[in-house]
This record gives sequence, C-alpha cells and structure tokens, in this order.
Amino acid sequence: MHSVLTRGNAILAYSLSVLAVLTFVCFISTVFIDYRTNATMNTVKVVVKNVADYSASREKNDLGFLTFDLQTDLTHLFNWNVKQLFLYLTAEYSTPNNQLNQVVLWDKIIQRGENAVLDFKNMNTKYYFWDDGNGLRGNQNVTLTLSWNIIPNAGLLPSIFALGSHAFRFPVEYTTARV
Amino acid sequence: MLQSLFDDVKRMNKRQFLYQVLSFGMIVSSALMIWKGLMVVTESESPIVVVLSGSMEPAFHRGDLLFLTNYKDEPVRVGEIVVFKVEGRDIPIVHRVLKLHEKENGTVKFLTKGDNNSVDDRGLYAPGQLWLTKKDVVGRARGFLPYVGMVTIYMNEYPKFKYAVLACLGLYVLVHRE
Repeated sequence: MHSVLTRGNAILAYSLSVLAVLTFVCFISTVFIDYRTNATMNTVKVVVKNVADYSASREKNDLGFLTFDLQTDLTHLFNWNVKQLFLYLTAEYSTPNNQLNQVVLWDKIIQRGENAVLDFKNMNTKYYFWDDGNGLRGNQNVTLTLSWNIIPNAGLLPSIFALGSHAFRFPVEYTTARV
Repeated sequence: MLQSLFDDVKRMNKRQFLYQVLSFGMIVSSALMIWKGLMVVTESESPIVVVLSGSMEPAFHRGDLLFLTNYKDEPVRVGEIVVFKVEGRDIPIVHRVLKLHEKENGTVKFLTKGDNNSVDDRGLYAPGQLWLTKKDVVGRARGFLPYVGMVTIYMNEYPKFKYAVLACLGLYVLVHRE
C-alpha cells in the first residue's frame, strides 16, 4: 500500500493544499485594509494648442500642455500582499461633445522596496493631452486626480482614489508658439 | 504495477465498471457546470483568463491567472485593466485603459495601453480602428492569482504532455476504487 506513487501523491496533495491555504490567508488578511491616503498636486504651466491629431482623426483637435507638482508618501501602503502600485494622474472634464472625458497624463510603477515618497516639481506629462474635438480651450473645470491600482501577490485588484485633487482652467486663447 | 491495475479492472464486475464510468462523467460535467455558472455570475463570456504575454509586466507575468467580471451597469473607467478582443486576432488582450470619452447617451469609446509597452494600442487594433467600445470587452480584471495558469500554457505548447495528463487522470478515475 505504501508504494512510491502513493507517497508522492500524498506529499504533492498535502503541499498543494498548504500552499492554497497560505495564499488564502495572505488574501483575506489584507482585503479589508483602507488604502486611501493624501496627495497634493498643482498645475504650474497650462496652455492649449489647436493642431492636427495624426494619431486619430487627422482633424484639428485641442491639445493641452501642462506641467504639474505632486507630493505624496505611499510607503505605508505596502504590506505583505502588495507587489506593486500602479500610479496614474487623470484629467477629468466635460465638453459639449462628451459628457465625461478621462485622460491619463502620467503614470508610474512603484514595486515593493522602491522609493514611494514622491515629490515632483514642474513635471512634464508622459502622455499627450488630446481632447476628442475642441473642448479644451477656455474649459473652466478640469480636475486632476491621482489614483493607484494595487497589484497584490494574490487577491483583488482595487483602484483607489487619493484624497485631494486639483481643479484648473485652460486659457481662452490658443497658443501658437512652440511649447 | 500496470499488471496489478489491469487485474483490478478484470476483477470488477459490470456494475462496478459502469459506476466508475458514471463517476468519471460526474467529474467532467461538474467542471463544466462550475465554468458555466461562473459565466452567469460574472456576466463575462470568459470569467477566468491566463495572461499569455509580458506586455503588463511587472504586474502580470506569463502564466498568471485573472478573474474577470463584465457587469453592464458598471461603467468602464480610466486605469482599469480590461480584456478585449480585436477583429482578426484569436487571443484576447489584457491591457489598461488610458483615455476615455463618454457621451450623454452612454456610448463610450476608449484607448488602451500595456504597462510594459511604450506606445498605446492603436497599432494592435484592427486596421482603421481608433477606439474600443463596450462590445469589444470580454471582461474587467478583478482578481489575480500568480503562476497557476502555467499548467495550461505547458499543455498548449506540448500537446503530448496534455494527452499524458488526461490519460493518467482518466485511468486513475476509472480504475481507482473507493
């Protein structure tokens, strides 16, 4: 009855169930944690141009340029079930064309063990701020928010909004100079 | 070893053998029931997917398992990880939403990008396609389990391994006696 096969089978089954239980404990021990925290952000320079968007419709669309400041400390968000944070800075606004527009301007991956204290001054955006049409010029209410998507070792993938946002407006005239 | 197995089968009478075949059928059909049940609960046509490429590294590696939901009244938002199908490609793609425009009547168009890619996905979409819409989406990633999907990747890459595993499991269930 105690052949190599049955013993191997028993060891394999036992170690697999121990692994499964440990993974579940890892998941359940962190699932109720509140991952919100403060972040302060500000825009420094804001201009808008009207140029052809060759990546999409080839029509003249509004293209915003901005630089921003960002301060936050995310060190305490890391625990044994946080493998990585995916930070992204979103601009949210509404235009006559579209009720809701969301454009990610900048993102950053912070893995466990890397520096999670952020203090950026006058940063450039990582992605172009194209509008879907001509709704940026003179737009009175564009909101910048920082969010993070938590990548666990095993478990849920929540997206968390930082406490704190910044609202700004675009100038009423297009800039024609190089930016 | 094998000889004793076949002796076992020979010693079974007809009823016992049929009983084993039935229990084998039970296992197969309950697996199918769980999959179809998950499809109903998550409203997604494929509630569990295996990550096949490195375009979302370091978040997801090849062989990681993702659990999806696709609730119609839950709006798509920027930063979410969506699994979508593109015309002319068999394999669904797992990428993050980068830009989104939603009209008053609820129609929404969005652009995606892989965390590990330097450019957005317009080059991956069908020729002439600039945006994804809700009908392209298979599901939104909600849960994550590492490594487990490696088994299916090995099975697809080495069909012989797949048949060996299936044969062993089938033989075990048929021959094994409680």
